[in-house]
Amino acid sequence: MATAAEDVLAFLTRALGSPVGPDDDYFADGRANSLFALELVAFVEHRFRLTVEAEDLDVGNFRTAANILAFVTAKTGDRSPGAVTDAANG
Amino acid sequence: MPPTASVATLVARARAEAADWDRAGELPDSVVAEAARAGLLGVGVPAPHGGSGGTPAELGEVCAHLGGACSALRALVTVQDMVTAAVLRWGTPAQRARWLPPLARGERRAAFAATERGAGTELSAVTASVTEHGEEIEISGHKRWVTFGRTADTFLVLGTADGRPAAVLVEGDRPGVRREPVEGQLGLRAAAVAHVALDRVRVPRDHLLAPVGLGLSHVVATALDHGRFTVAWGCVGMAEAVLDAAAEHAARRTQAGAVLAEHEVVRALLGRCAVDTAAARELCARAAHARAERLPEAVADTVVAKYAAARAAVRVTGGAVQTLGAAGCAPDSLVGRFFRDAKVMELIEGSAHVAELHIADRLLRRHGFNSAAHVARREARA
Repeated sequence: MATAAEDVLAFLTRALGSPVGPDDDYFADGRANSLFALELVAFVEHRFRLTVEAEDLDVGNFRTAANILAFVTAKTGDRSPGAVTDAANG
Repeated sequence: MPPTASVATLVARARAEAADWDRAGELPDSVVAEAARAGLLGVGVPAPHGGSGGTPAELGEVCAHLGGACSALRALVTVQDMVTAAVLRWGTPAQRARWLPPLARGERRAAFAATERGAGTELSAVTASVTEHGEEIEISGHKRWVTFGRTADTFLVLGTADGRPAAVLVEGDRPGVRREPVEGQLGLRAAAVAHVALDRVRVPRDHLLAPVGLGLSHVVATALDHGRFTVAWGCVGMAEAVLDAAAEHAARRTQAGAVLAEHEVVRALLGRCAVDTAAARELCARAAHARAERLPEAVADTVVAKYAAARAAVRVTGGAVQTLGAAGCAPDSLVGRFFRDAKVMELIEGSAHVAELHIADRLLRRHGFNSAAHVARREARA
C-alpha cells in the first residue's frame, strides 16, 4: 500500500512531467499550467476524502508536497497520515 | 432536477422563436423568466442553496436540449452555472448564503467578466485594477465580450491587485458600471453580449471571492471549467439537431428525379457527421462521470469533451449547411444559425488551439516532458 507521501509525490511527478521533491515549489518554478491548480485540489480531495475551502489555499498549503501532507494531517484532525492512507484506500 | 415537462415546453418555444431572438439580439424577458421558473438557472446548485441539485449528467442533458434549439438560451444557463459554481466552490458560508439562492432561482442574473482587449486566452494579462479602500474595494477596467452583459445584475469580475489575481462580485447597478451593447457578431447573437466598463466602482470588501491571489487559478478556473462542460453539452445538442435536419433533408429532397441521399457523397458526409456527433456525446458523458465522482481528471476530461464537441458542432453544422444548400443559407435557417454559433464554441471558454496544447502537454508530462519547463531551460542556456 502506497503511503500518503508516495501518492502525493507520484501525482505531482506525473502531473508536472518531471520529478518533484518534497520541498519543490512547482508554482514558482514554472512547471504548473493554468489547469494544474484545480487538478491538484481535486486530487487532494479525492485521495484524502476531504473538502478544500478557499481559506485552506491561502497560506501556501498547496505549494509543496511537504505542505500538502502537513495540511492533510491538520485537516483530518487526530487521524495520523497512516490512518489517512487507510481511509482513502479502504 | 427541473421538471422535464417545463424544459420541453421551453425547448418547443425556442425551436419556434429562436430565429427571431437571434435577429432581435436578445432573449425576451418572458423566456428568461420561464427558464428561471423551470429551475434551469440553478440545476447545478444544491437544494439547500436554492437550486435543484442536479447531477453533472442531468445538467449536461438540459444543456444539450437547450443547445439543440437556441445557443443563447443554453448560454444563459452556462453563465449562471459558471458564477454559481465559483461562489459555491470558493465562497465563504456567508457568501454562499447571500448570493446562491437568488442566482439559483433566477432572481439575480449572472455574467462573467474576465476578457479584456489585451487578455483573452491569456487571462493572466488582465489589467482591471482591484484596490482596497478601507472597508471597500474599488475596481476599474474594461471588460469585453461579456455574455448577457447587457442584462446581468451580478458580474463576476477578474482583476489584478498589485499583480495578484482577484475575483470580485459586482452588482450591475453600482455607480460606474457602464454597458456597451455588441450587435451583429458572428454567433450567439441573442445572448445580449456587451462590453462592460468599470469606472472606479466601489463594492464592500465581502464581495471579494476567495483571497487575493486565487482569483484566476481557482475562482475563474472553476468558472471556466464549468463553462466548458455546459458549452460542450450544448454543442452535442447542436450537432444532434442539425444532423437530424440534414438526414431528413437528404432523405426527402429530390432533384432531377433523384433523392439527395441516393448520392454516395451525401451519405458519406452524413456518416462522418453521425460519428462526430456520437463521439462528442460519449466524451461529454465521460466528463460528466468524472465530475460526479470528483475525479482528479475531471478538469482534463472536460477540456477534451469541450474540444471534441465544439469541433463536432463546427463540422456537423458545416456538413448540414452543405447538404441543405440554399435552405441552409436562408435567413431563418436553424442549421445556418447553428453554423455561425458553432464557430464561436471553438473560441469561448478556451480556444480549440489552447485545448489541443493542454491535451498534448498532459500526455507528454506522463512521459517526463514538460514543455514550459523545457523552453525555460533552453532559453536559460542560450
